[in-house]
Amino acid sequence: MSATLAFLGDFGGAVEFIFRQRESVGGGVQVGGLGEIGDLLVEHLLVSLAAMAIACAVAIPLGLYLGHIGRGEFLAITVSNVGRAVPALALLAFFIAFLGIGFTNVTAVLILLALPPILTNTYVGARGVDPEVVDAARGMGMSGAQIVRRVRVPLALPTIFAGVRTSAVSVLATATIAPLANVQTLGEPIINPQTYGFEGGLGAAIVIGVVTITADAGIGIAQRAVTPKGIKLAEGGGRGRMRLSLPTRRREAAT
Amino acid sequence: MFLLAQQGLEMPDRNEGAAGCVQNDGFCPSWIFDNFDRYVDPFLQHIVLTVVPVAIGFAISFGLAVLAHRRQWLTGPITGVTGFLYTIPSLAFFFLLQPLTGRGYLTAIIALTCYTLLIIFRNVTTGLGGVPMEARDAARGMGLTDRQLLWRVELPLALPEILAGLRIATTTTVGLAALAFFAGAGGLGAELDADYYFKSNVVVAGGLAVLLAAAFDLIILGVQRAMTPWQRARAT
Repeated sequence: MSATLAFLGDFGGAVEFIFRQRESVGGGVQVGGLGEIGDLLVEHLLVSLAAMAIACAVAIPLGLYLGHIGRGEFLAITVSNVGRAVPALALLAFFIAFLGIGFTNVTAVLILLALPPILTNTYVGARGVDPEVVDAARGMGMSGAQIVRRVRVPLALPTIFAGVRTSAVSVLATATIAPLANVQTLGEPIINPQTYGFEGGLGAAIVIGVVTITADAGIGIAQRAVTPKGIKLAEGGGRGRMRLSLPTRRREAAT
Repeated sequence: MFLLAQQGLEMPDRNEGAAGCVQNDGFCPSWIFDNFDRYVDPFLQHIVLTVVPVAIGFAISFGLAVLAHRRQWLTGPITGVTGFLYTIPSLAFFFLLQPLTGRGYLTAIIALTCYTLLIIFRNVTTGLGGVPMEARDAARGMGLTDRQLLWRVELPLALPEILAGLRIATTTTVGLAALAFFAGAGGLGAELDADYYFKSNVVVAGGLAVLLAAAFDLIILGVQRAMTPWQRARAT
């Protein structure tokens, strides 16, 4: 295998690292191979999923509520602006220095990163539902809860999914630095080149890239699947990835 | 919790001088005051690692957006490619480029530039697309050429959206540049990496990164206010 991949240079060595064990740079320990990469991958996905689950459970109901009552635009926007201004590495460092290391703290860091995009998008999606549609639903005798569940949620779903997608990508990317806080994710070979060597880091980088792009594409497909047919028809299909700026201001300016 | 309790118990014994505070990995104003020099160079590197990628990224994606504005079919493919680049985790990107571009500024700046493309391209496109049809018609009626229409009507009207994209791209880049030390390009991340357990270090290095992001955000917001006086008039 090494002969066939030799022309790829470092990349060949990196691919080989993923599939076959080798001795560590310092010697004495076996590193790499599907076994270790698999373990690291499981931990990577575990910490990311935990963070995403909690972030969704908090941000989606809150965003729907704020969007429904039409308050808290300031909160929804400020949270995402502040969230962007704090570098993930700095946030993790704050947690390590002041609260300590470990799975719980890393999960907390990832939750804080995941919350803003989901909250902002849910708010924008729920708020952006045409007021006439909401009036019609109210005219049909729907209660507030029913309007949220049966009108706002379906119409906001593509936007909510776009937020979840943005968050998932940044959480999976940031889980790479979790080994700094002693959680053995796929970032381990990147952060410890003295053990894994450059090819090890490169191999891990390839796996992380593939995992993230797969997750992004997967959520993208789910997003299209949950988009109500009416919206697809109205938008001409295929649109509506993550929303990076808030369209509400423009809408206000237009009216 | 255990760690905190332990430190709390030990503090009366070892926390008498500045040296004790440093030994305890504490937050020590006197240490920060004495050692602030060491953060100046990384801070300046961090500014370079933000300004250069955003400037290059703006030039590229602005050009692409104007092109896609003329030829609409290009929007899809460009969004696809820049979206793909945006999805690659930064740490992985820094490693994937190293066999090709080596360790150092070049690798970091290429990767960081790639992250700005999607954000700026999307906002410029949205901004240009949001120009009211009547404004365009009026400009045509006044005899403006395509080029004049773009520079005198469409771009000024799209300016708020474009600068909003620039703000997002800049703050995002400040955050991602904190990881550029993995590509051997220094920055404030390298100082964080020097000691994650020393509270003084984390507060100064992390705090400077946050302040830098906030400062860039306010500067661009100020530019936006100054360049779009008609928006203020409408708001009041």
